[in-house]
Amino acid sequence: MSAAQALTPDDPPASAEQAALAHRCLYFMSMMREVEDRIERKLYRQGKIVGGVYVGRGQEAIPVGTALLSGPDDIMLPAHRDLAVFLIRGVPLGRILAQYMGRAGGLTRGRDGNMHMGDLSHNIVSIISALAATVPVAAGVAMALRYRGSSGIAFSYFGDGATSRGDWHEGVNFAAVQKLPVVFICNNNQYAYSTPLSAQMACAHVADRGSAYNIPAEIVDGNDVFAVLEGAAHAVAHARGGKGPYLLECKTFRMTGHSAHDGAEYVPKELFEEWSRLDPIVRLESRMLAEGWAGQPELDRVRAGIRQEVDEAVAWAEQSPLPDPATLLDGVYES
Amino acid sequence: MSTTYLEAIRQGLWEEMERDPNVFLLGEDIGVYGGAFKVTAGFFEHFGEKRVVDTPISEAAIAGAAIGAGLMGLRPVAEMQFADFITCGFDQLVNFAAKCRYRWNAAVPMVVRAPSGGGIHGGPFHSQNPEMWFVRTPGLKVVAPATPYDAKGLIKSAIRDNDPVIYFEHKALYRRIREDLPAGEFTVPIGRAKVVREGRDLSIITYGAMVWTALEAAGKLAGEGISVEVVDLRTLVPLDRETVCDSVRRTSKVLLLHEDTRTGGMAGELAVSITESVFEYLDAPIVRVTAPDTPVPYSPPLEEAFLPNAAKVIEKARWLHRY
Repeated sequence: MSAAQALTPDDPPASAEQAALAHRCLYFMSMMREVEDRIERKLYRQGKIVGGVYVGRGQEAIPVGTALLSGPDDIMLPAHRDLAVFLIRGVPLGRILAQYMGRAGGLTRGRDGNMHMGDLSHNIVSIISALAATVPVAAGVAMALRYRGSSGIAFSYFGDGATSRGDWHEGVNFAAVQKLPVVFICNNNQYAYSTPLSAQMACAHVADRGSAYNIPAEIVDGNDVFAVLEGAAHAVAHARGGKGPYLLECKTFRMTGHSAHDGAEYVPKELFEEWSRLDPIVRLESRMLAEGWAGQPELDRVRAGIRQEVDEAVAWAEQSPLPDPATLLDGVYES
Repeated sequence: MSTTYLEAIRQGLWEEMERDPNVFLLGEDIGVYGGAFKVTAGFFEHFGEKRVVDTPISEAAIAGAAIGAGLMGLRPVAEMQFADFITCGFDQLVNFAAKCRYRWNAAVPMVVRAPSGGGIHGGPFHSQNPEMWFVRTPGLKVVAPATPYDAKGLIKSAIRDNDPVIYFEHKALYRRIREDLPAGEFTVPIGRAKVVREGRDLSIITYGAMVWTALEAAGKLAGEGISVEVVDLRTLVPLDRETVCDSVRRTSKVLLLHEDTRTGGMAGELAVSITESVFEYLDAPIVRVTAPDTPVPYSPPLEEAFLPNAAKVIEKARWLHRY
């Protein structure tokens, strides 16, 4: 049974199925946390990451709770705090780490860094660094899926800041007018670099923007993976059912600076304290323990297994060669 | 019956849509209305709304959606109502379409049709020649046909190309230029210039509407005993440096001509390219005739003063010939 089926409201999932889903969520959320911790707190400080580092610590429930509902024909357009999308779609971990290290084994073979990567063999379209620019592209992807008669839909990810941009509005409007099968997923972490939401938009919620385009918009607790899964199930069913786009706003908080070089002194300390109590991984683990879906030794084993996987992936990435300068001119054009 | 430049573009689009079901059109007012210049008149009725998509006034959405569809293996042809408005979709084209193959090995087959150029009293927002914004963006191909034959052959090649192509179609040529086209299927390869008039004394290297200006000047100069060769670049990226240099080897004198403004125009790139490759063949400084560095003005006397014309070319060519 798929995750989406497990969440059909009229048919409460059997406990075993929900437990299995919880385990999958925990695995990918913990893996994302561990990989990003390793990148930001170890490899970056060791000088092994040659460029910028942007992590989604505390926001793991959003890519996990949405991407787990993606089907084989769906196309993902993740943003830079959605590492778990790559993991869920089966991109090898070593290649992600090699990407950060500028190695030939990275998804862009050293042509780009950090989360600026895509892989059509895994149905992932690369980020555009100016994030809102991806939204019209997602509309085009959805248009192509429908054009071909595919049942696939597009998953378009962005943050709160992106919704201030004109191309975000153009992309959402076009998708709405054309009733395209696309799910718009907003990771509202309340800061765009140093700019708080209050200086970003006059409306209270990103979801408020949905009504301007006559598309449904739903707000979920982005730090509760089950809430994200439920909202995503609504969104996916809507888009896949031919009813057009759906806007899912996931409320969360950026527990870091914008990037590894940003100490985020501009964020009031109380906010970090408040949101650290809402850590999505801690909440999921607590629920799993409370529901009897797992015992502590099992959770410890999961964590240890993830550490080992990351150790192995880091080793793979470190032995991946740096790109050969002789390849500099290759691939600007097909021929 | 001879075919206009506009009709040639239209035929190329039509034939490619008949040939390949993955080819589709999107843009503002292109469907029911048939396009601001009527290039796509009748397409909506024949191919239907799935393949002729009327979009909101939304160039970023048009460019972005074309890229998304191209990534999925379709072959979108996006129309910018005027080349000037391409600025509104610039980010998608320059920062994404151009870089996809290089960054993550993803092909973006797509064409952006950009009706460009002056001489129609369009004023500063409807007359520009913005090709250089794209010529200097690695990853994009840029074509600018001057004749109906090339307009048809290049739109077909652009659609079949696996890289993003910006297709500049000159508005002043739409209904002014006619040519008998062969009945059968033909394409014009991207990346090949063409010697459109042979000559011995000097070479005019140009493209787009200025090809006709060059030919007019060459005809008059022939009456003065000056034999002018005219090279039509047809494609700006990838640039056919070999055909340009071959012409320089034959004539040893070069006049570079474009309707685009002067600074940072195609002439600069061509001049350096020529000196790098065939400097020892040159018998005179390389000269250029271009529009001045101003916006394109509206009122006829101003626009005429702005645009290069045969008289300006002839004056420069005489100087070059005497040198």
